[in-house]
Amino acid sequence: MNPVSSASSLDPHRLKQDFPVLQQESHGRPLVYLDNANTSQKPQCVIDAVSNFYAHNNANIHRGVYDLSMRATQAHENARGTIAKFIGASRPEEIIFVRGTTEAINLVAQTFVRSRVGAGDEILVTAMEHHSNIVPWQILCEQTGAVLQVAPINDAGEVILDAYREKLSEKTKFVAMTHVSNALGTVNPIAQMIALAHEKNIPVLIDGAQAAPHLPINVSELGCDFYAVSSHKMFGPTGVGALYGRFDLLDSMPPYQGGGDMIRSVTFEHTTYNDVPYKFEAGTPHIAGAIGFAAAAQYIVDIGYDKLLAYEEMLLDYATQALTAIPEIRIIGTAAEKVSVLSFVVDGVHPHDVGTILDQKGIAIRTGHHCAQPIMDRYDIPATVRASFALYNTKEDVDALAESLKSVMEVFR
Amino acid sequence: MDDLQDLYQQLILDHNKSPRNQGKLVDSNRQAQGYNPLCGDKLQVYLHVEDDIVKDISFEGSGCAISTASASLMTQSVKGKTVAQARAMFDSFHQMLTEDSASESDESALGKLVVFSGVCKYPARVKCATLAWHTINAALGDASEQVTTE
Repeated sequence: MNPVSSASSLDPHRLKQDFPVLQQESHGRPLVYLDNANTSQKPQCVIDAVSNFYAHNNANIHRGVYDLSMRATQAHENARGTIAKFIGASRPEEIIFVRGTTEAINLVAQTFVRSRVGAGDEILVTAMEHHSNIVPWQILCEQTGAVLQVAPINDAGEVILDAYREKLSEKTKFVAMTHVSNALGTVNPIAQMIALAHEKNIPVLIDGAQAAPHLPINVSELGCDFYAVSSHKMFGPTGVGALYGRFDLLDSMPPYQGGGDMIRSVTFEHTTYNDVPYKFEAGTPHIAGAIGFAAAAQYIVDIGYDKLLAYEEMLLDYATQALTAIPEIRIIGTAAEKVSVLSFVVDGVHPHDVGTILDQKGIAIRTGHHCAQPIMDRYDIPATVRASFALYNTKEDVDALAESLKSVMEVFR
Repeated sequence: MDDLQDLYQQLILDHNKSPRNQGKLVDSNRQAQGYNPLCGDKLQVYLHVEDDIVKDISFEGSGCAISTASASLMTQSVKGKTVAQARAMFDSFHQMLTEDSASESDESALGKLVVFSGVCKYPARVKCATLAWHTINAALGDASEQVTTE
């Protein structure tokens, strides 16, 4: 096996050294971590950013007049600037720090959309959404009498664009869809899908949780109204994420949660809200998390998406070929545009049994419905095995997976 | 592979491949549905109980090898037993999987079911093995309720 190591391409063996958790054994073998779509591992620079904050700069933000608090505030706001730049927002105020993509979607549902929908109005999602981009809309529909519509997908796991276009009706008040499917790996043609919605003046939210670790994001070029990301999927800490919202929309929205920091002045008779983005950040936020999040974004930027894209495309092809060579395996999700996520089923073997056997070989993969039960129903399967790759995964990791899948077949011969 | 052979014993693989007493029981008078929200496995257990004896039993549903084999072996073990005996087996089975040292007398009461003793080394899979048993336990009590392993 020749490691990819020329100056112009990404060297996963070197990058793997940046991740302390990957330097361990599992069941007596080197850990092969292939559950990156679930959560990614953290490089030392992210761990250092978080621990340095607690070791040297910790204080509450936006409050103290003392030096330490001002340093903490500065670090937190710098992180906002880094994330704004990372996803191509036109100004830092368009970034709201949230707990993750899930909270970002709930925030938009309960503020922007809730104030604009009524009985009979429609909200459109796609058939490949994660539960976090389904359930917040169902809750909103229960509250308002709005109706959830679903744009179907084809057998390859791609949105059927004609059907999507037809679903965009006079009644459609909002579109929420994923950039990249967590269960299938499909990359949606979101620029085109946003443009189609905008032709009818329908605002759009993009769930970018699975996109950020694989693809460059530019919300200004995409023209989307909202875009949500989670730090932990892109090598940052858990418990923090970002909601991008177009400034004029954020400015027009009612607040989400009430509390400290989101207000300008409070009396028992009347409260004036703070400016965007603070209006949406009630309570002391995950300050260290935001700083770690920014360090993770910088880590990706320093590697370069061009190298990342080329490497992951090669790795996905290699893995797809390796699994296709095993006759008992059927890949679920064969879209033309995919990130390095491989969902599959093994003929005659339940995914959980596959997962247990792979675990014994030191391979960590996800088995189950991947918080996307409607997709499992679409393919009429209870669950899949999912190998999801990140920039530190190597061809040797793929070889270990393929080899171990052969021993699954041996056990169940 | 030794560890894996402990878990995937031949009897388990056999019952996974050819489950016994699978399908709906036409003259059932008690039933319950079991659900494991972690993996989405659903299992229906049908019983025909007469004079306090499990005269007939079957199960429906698909799951992993451990849960399918457990349901299959359970139906064989419970058929013809009294309700009290079936409940006692549930207790012993549960104990064998959740407590490291099941006593020998417990294991002898379980018969073939000791084939699942290796599952206790795989905490993530204990619920697969116990789903059928939680379900029969519910069917033996208040009928037609859904139980979950969570």
